Amino acid sequence: MKEEFNIISNLIEENTRVLDVGCGNGDLMKFLQENKTKDIRGLEISKEKVQNCLSKGLTVIEGNAESDLKQFPKSSFDYVILSQTLQAFLNPELVINELLKVGKKVIVTIPNFGYWRVRLQLLFKGTMPVTENLPHEWYNTPNLHMCTIKDFYNFCSSKNIKIFKSIALKKSRISEINKSNLNYKNLDSHLGIFLIES
Amino acid sequence: MNKNIDTKKIIISNPLKLDCGKEINSFPIAYETYGELNSEKSNAILVFHALTGDQYVSGKNPITNKDGWWSYVVGKNKPIDTNKFFVICANVIGGCMGSYGPSTINESTGKQIGTDFPIITINDMVNAQYELIKYLEIEKLFAVVGGSMGGMQVLQFVSNFPDKAKLAIPIACTSSHSAQNIAFNELGRQAIMADSKWENGFYSNYKLNPDKGLAVARMAAHITYLSEKGLQEKFGRKLQDRDSLRYGFEADFQIESYLRYQGSVFVDRFDANSYLYITRAMDYFDLSKQHKGNLSDAFKKTKTKFFVISFTSDWLYPTSENREIVMALNSIGADVGFVEIESDKGHDSFLLDVPSFLKTLGDYINSTYKVINERRI
Repeated sequence: MKEEFNIISNLIEENTRVLDVGCGNGDLMKFLQENKTKDIRGLEISKEKVQNCLSKGLTVIEGNAESDLKQFPKSSFDYVILSQTLQAFLNPELVINELLKVGKKVIVTIPNFGYWRVRLQLLFKGTMPVTENLPHEWYNTPNLHMCTIKDFYNFCSSKNIKIFKSIALKKSRISEINKSNLNYKNLDSHLGIFLIES
Repeated sequence: MNKNIDTKKIIISNPLKLDCGKEINSFPIAYETYGELNSEKSNAILVFHALTGDQYVSGKNPITNKDGWWSYVVGKNKPIDTNKFFVICANVIGGCMGSYGPSTINESTGKQIGTDFPIITINDMVNAQYELIKYLEIEKLFAVVGGSMGGMQVLQFVSNFPDKAKLAIPIACTSSHSAQNIAFNELGRQAIMADSKWENGFYSNYKLNPDKGLAVARMAAHITYLSEKGLQEKFGRKLQDRDSLRYGFEADFQIESYLRYQGSVFVDRFDANSYLYITRAMDYFDLSKQHKGNLSDAFKKTKTKFFVISFTSDWLYPTSENREIVMALNSIGADVGFVEIESDKGHDSFLLDVPSFLKTLGDYINSTYKVINERRI
């Protein structure tokens, strides 16, 4: 968690305007507020989590990214962050498009379904993978559209979405992803972090 | 009501031009305050009351001898903690708790003004209360807060005075009264005016009171403040002090008895003409129309931070209408938070003991106060 927050924080310039989509209990918002910028908003679907955020004085709106991102004007945020949430949407492509409209830049982090530990579970156990990062069983997972680092990388290329920076995380080891090491990083990382722009 | 109310009062000497075109001057505003204003004058919160509320937010209401209407929210160690904040609440103009209204005595005739009182609007109410803030010499309020009609006043206040409040919390309200809202208000007004004792609004001249009509108005309105589920759970088809139906028109059912009671206690504390004037003001409220159909323009000039709250079972000012306010604010990049609180207590939720509402509101106000003070805005 902490590593992911640090990486996201390093991608963001100081005193910019940030929206955290699917902000949960506001941990990342708090972290960025202390380290980078005061001007940060959140969007969250769970009432309980929204109330937790508001109790901390964070500016959060209860809403659904799939329907409620439309209300923000074009390029109204310098950065929009989607941290480990993309896989939970009914229509991830639509959400990415909305994010790219609302934010000048977008930071997406992806729990990597191509990570070798995940692959091994399916290969040897023959069951849907359950890992530290993907703790749910197939019957109760909120994750509808799991993807791999490679999937997302290829998605961006095919949709002409510019990737400014792509970072792989394994435990606390950070490395850059590029075209030549993509297959390896896709196997050896549990999280992918992408800074993109339309 | 036209009682000898010993209430804090100021006389506004500046003439106030009303939306209806008339001008009023030397008129009274009755108000109450709780807590202490700090030396920086940075801890003041202006609370706006709803349709039948008054300035007695907290503690004992000296007129009714009951708890103030927002005792769950305002008071010592309450969400709006009067150990920390200086809370101000004024009776709206048009009201009957000491501010200028139809039951005010016209000094030249010695009689109540009655329906010679001019039609007032939410805008007029807010402008009148701003005079009170000036009188109290508060340059900038920490917050303006209110539910229902109080929320409408919050929106109007920020629109009229974009740099006079750091934080605005409109609760369970709307930016424009819907056809359904107007319909219910019209029902109430017609009930009052159909009472033969209304006398075109000059009942006090004949020592009459249209209490039957006012009670019916209150009963009808009261239903709109509750949820269907809440009513069903609390009353169902339970009978009142009897084992079987009486085959008559007495209050067989508990819900009938409850509504009759609500109606009867209301007429003791509220003036029928005030009910007409204030419901009219609510019906005329349309903040987006004031800005040529663009609600966002109402807030263009403000840096005020907003926190909008709605309730799941409120069908009078439903979440969708509260969300419109949030969307208008978002579309101009304003600083706005929003939550819909789970409650089956209907529109009245904002007045009642709804723990998640009280906690969220209190925590939010306190942490925002801390953040704003740290930043020394």
